[in-house]
Amino acid sequence: MATYRLNVNGRQREVTTDPSTPLLWVLREDLKMTGTKYGCGVSACGACTVHVGGVATRSCVVPVSMIDDRPIVTIEGIGVDPVGRAVQNAWIDKDVVQCGYCQSGQIMSAVALLKHTPKPTDLNIDESMGGNLCRCATYVRIREAIKSAGNQLK
Amino acid sequence: MSRIRSLTLTISAVTIAYVCFVITTGTATRAEEPSAMQGLAAWQQVYSVLTHPRCINCHTATSYPQQGDDRHRHFANVVRGPANTGVPGLNCSSCHQKANADSTGVPGGHNWHLAPLSMKWQDENDRPLSSAMVCRVLKDRSKNHNLDGPGLLKHHEEEALVHWAWNPGRRPDGSMRTLPPLTHEQFVLATRQWVEAGMPCPTER
Amino acid sequence: MINPAKDLSLNRRTFLRVSSVAAGGLLVSLYFDRSMLAQEAQTQPPPKVYPPDAFIRITPDGNIVIQVNRLEFGQGVNTALPMVLADELDADWTQVVAELAPAADIYKDPVFGIQMVGGSGSIAHSFQQYRELGAKTRAMLVATAASKWNVSAAQCRTEASVVFGPAGQKARYAELASDAARQNVPQTVRLKNPSEFRLIGKPVRRLDSRPKCNGSSKFGLDLDLPGMKVAVVAHPPVFGGKVKSLDDKEARAIDGVRDVFQIPVNLGGTGVAVVADKFWPAKEAGDLLKIEWDLSGVQPADSMELFARYRQLATTTGNVAVTRGDEKALERIPSASRIVADFEFPYLAHAPMEPLNTTVRFDGERAETWAGSQFQTFDQMAVAQVLGLKPELVTFHTEMAGGGFGRRAVIDSHIQREAAVIAKRMQGTPVKLIWTREDDIQGGYYRPMHVHRVEVGIGPDGLPAAWRHVVVGQSIVAGTPFASLLIKNGVDDTAVEGVADSHYVIPNFHLSAHHPTVNVPVLWWRSVGHTHTAFVMETLIDELATRAKIDPIAYRRKLLKPDSHKLRKPLDLLETKTANWRLPRGHAKGVACHECFGTGVACAVEVSIENNRPKIHRATVAVDCGMAVNPLTIESQFQAGIGFGLTQLVSGGAITLKNGRVEQRNFDGFIPPYIVDVPVDIDVHIVPSTEAPTGCGEPPVPVIGPAVVNALAKLTGKRYRTLPLTNI
Repeated sequence: MATYRLNVNGRQREVTTDPSTPLLWVLREDLKMTGTKYGCGVSACGACTVHVGGVATRSCVVPVSMIDDRPIVTIEGIGVDPVGRAVQNAWIDKDVVQCGYCQSGQIMSAVALLKHTPKPTDLNIDESMGGNLCRCATYVRIREAIKSAGNQLK
Repeated sequence: MSRIRSLTLTISAVTIAYVCFVITTGTATRAEEPSAMQGLAAWQQVYSVLTHPRCINCHTATSYPQQGDDRHRHFANVVRGPANTGVPGLNCSSCHQKANADSTGVPGGHNWHLAPLSMKWQDENDRPLSSAMVCRVLKDRSKNHNLDGPGLLKHHEEEALVHWAWNPGRRPDGSMRTLPPLTHEQFVLATRQWVEAGMPCPTER
Repeated sequence: MINPAKDLSLNRRTFLRVSSVAAGGLLVSLYFDRSMLAQEAQTQPPPKVYPPDAFIRITPDGNIVIQVNRLEFGQGVNTALPMVLADELDADWTQVVAELAPAADIYKDPVFGIQMVGGSGSIAHSFQQYRELGAKTRAMLVATAASKWNVSAAQCRTEASVVFGPAGQKARYAELASDAARQNVPQTVRLKNPSEFRLIGKPVRRLDSRPKCNGSSKFGLDLDLPGMKVAVVAHPPVFGGKVKSLDDKEARAIDGVRDVFQIPVNLGGTGVAVVADKFWPAKEAGDLLKIEWDLSGVQPADSMELFARYRQLATTTGNVAVTRGDEKALERIPSASRIVADFEFPYLAHAPMEPLNTTVRFDGERAETWAGSQFQTFDQMAVAQVLGLKPELVTFHTEMAGGGFGRRAVIDSHIQREAAVIAKRMQGTPVKLIWTREDDIQGGYYRPMHVHRVEVGIGPDGLPAAWRHVVVGQSIVAGTPFASLLIKNGVDDTAVEGVADSHYVIPNFHLSAHHPTVNVPVLWWRSVGHTHTAFVMETLIDELATRAKIDPIAYRRKLLKPDSHKLRKPLDLLETKTANWRLPRGHAKGVACHECFGTGVACAVEVSIENNRPKIHRATVAVDCGMAVNPLTIESQFQAGIGFGLTQLVSGGAITLKNGRVEQRNFDGFIPPYIVDVPVDIDVHIVPSTEAPTGCGEPPVPVIGPAVVNALAKLTGKRYRTLPLTNI
């Protein structure tokens, strides 16, 4: 057991847990933030994507002991970011979600893409979103929403 | 290509025994420069490590890394990206941290990234290049970040990601990843011998 | 029947007030147009009238909370059914809130008589039902207002949750609701003319988008209860295996582990449950269990062996499903005009995005269950049975589910049974059972593997003159309560649907099936038999069209039954919408059409080959699903369902077994389609129709595989009869 001070969505949170616990489960069970999802546990699906130190990160494979003081942003907090807000609004406007289980991760990955590439091409989208699995296969609308969000941003 | 490979394997088999002899009598031979033949034998040792999955999986000629002992394309469509570090949303560091995460089976090391295309050791069909070709590439200062012989030796000796190959961590199913055919010390020694021999390369057949 | 208000197992639903007419009447208009219903009617009393207040609660501040009698797992039913009701009710749509109804008699599917989601039946079976609920509630609200104002109901009108009187009177539904509940529920009610629809037929956005985009939507896996523990189960590596010996010392040493014990699992096997405070210690402990398995007496299934066996069986006649015309006609056709085609399809995992989970709390006398279940009635009964309770003492909450595709409609309720067994042992403590992704990929209940052998004799006009078809694959329903309904003459309907009921006019048609017994549990995978039968039919028909040098759409027109309007109209629409496709060199157009679950679909794709994989540049779909209740949902279902259908085609889309063990572990072994595998554009066109609405959940899935492969065949000249595509 060890105690970690984590910066989550701008707030200092303290948890005491096994150092090997992936950040995903610290968020979900120690901090009761269930917006970040468990889809596979081996970083193959992206449902667990959060931002750590500004980098889209698959929290299911990163032990909490490796986070250090890098700030964490989750789906619950991305809405205060203008890019995050634009993406969420585009997702709603384009009626992207079906079951919705993967969409927290899709949104977090899309935000990372748009922060870097505000007007992504189809190839940019293929490459940056190519590791986010959606079993409902809402991909066509995800792509539309990313482009739409990009158009909303200056 | 396969003739060269089987020839290479034969040379390796013969020279492993020779090099072990050389290593155990190392102190005696270090005083003099290794001969070209000794240098070529040392190179084969180096090549045997470079083409092991723990090394060659990140020295691809393509837009993607490989993984596993069978060197299949890395899952989840991860791509090289313009700076060999992945792309926004799917960087290498999205999953790979500065150390192995044995509890989740993801390998890690400082500055995890793909070797640049100039350091590709495979062809576009994911086949390892010949010993002669890799040898040439490795020495080519226009491709290897301008490293000379001592620079290459230092790289093999000190680079964190090189070290990683000998501490590659646990797979998600709990098993340990396999190690290169030499120890790190043997690898460094072989590199030194090769460098001191003037970095001879085998000729392409 | 259950009076919802008095049924304490529904005590969280305090809206369910006593309705004086709850015990009255019979709901008359059900869809008695399927043969199975005749048997259903004999074994089950028809559902009674549905008191609107079991479905609708109007809160004082005007919210209209609608109970959806279905699991929502992506298909959009928790928007579409409330929409239907809200339209007839003349409700203010911005005030509508949807809830997923718990298990109760009143929420059963009016056609199937159990509470369920499947068969693409949500709209088809509940459209009329929810319209009536809305209309009846409106009538009761109007009657209440009319009575207050001393006017007749006919003098009143309604709009956006307000009743308007003839002389400027106004009353909000919220004000009238409690009085309205005391009204008699009308036996019959006038439904709107389609021209009066305000919501139905319009593209209405989903109600649940925002919560699913900001992390606030709770799925079954997200449930958190005071004192809750988490359980994982170690399952035998071969189905039906048992624990021979267990060393749990290291497992128990993990901080947070509460208990480790053996439990029965499916197929007569046993496993080991680990209960811990949280998931991660449970999982770590599970990985540290040292279990010796007793695998004696269980058949170790092996894919290669099975395919060899199936191929052999396919050369012999099985149980006859359909025989028509002259069995000997085929032999009389010269061999130059005959094709023999062998097809192979592997096991498929559903792999819904949300791993399977169920939470159960048992206090000794009652139980509560939370699950994203497609089969609430069965699952509730299973939990009750394990705990020794009457079903009505098990409150069963329907949780939002992260996908299902049939995996959550499990006839043996094995997940719920595991959870109930664990909850029984941990009496008083709620326990959340989680199947890891590895459990899911390796745990069975797959779309069965199949082999087809088809011999076609081609007539001088290029059309099939004789057709001999053998299907080999496990029966999904044998040994289950569905067997008597779906197995006829030894043939499981779900294995031959799509061939047996094909809309093509083929004389001298002989179809038979073998259903081997294999030690791998199988289940319905979105569109079930159509997943493989449509591939066979549509690739063969296309091959025949090519041989006859007839355009693939024209050929299908020639061959379809004249009255197959649900295929003819989509084909016409598809042809129109793709007439202007210009294909660069190296690109080809592939076409397929198929009808299932009452809906007809035609699909065209533009394909090239890149990196030895099919690259789908675009897809166009035309669909006839009767009246389009929500065209936005339908478009979404088809765009996404096409993508789902590609699971069968992508090279990682197979579950294989070797010596009884599933070879894949996770999404790095069973690899579904990612965004790079689907086209950038999929445009969907709906045939205008006023017929009763039919489903859109499954119909998108079967057409994409054959459409792509038909395009590939044009590019390479090769026939692709084995899935997934690994070598083009």
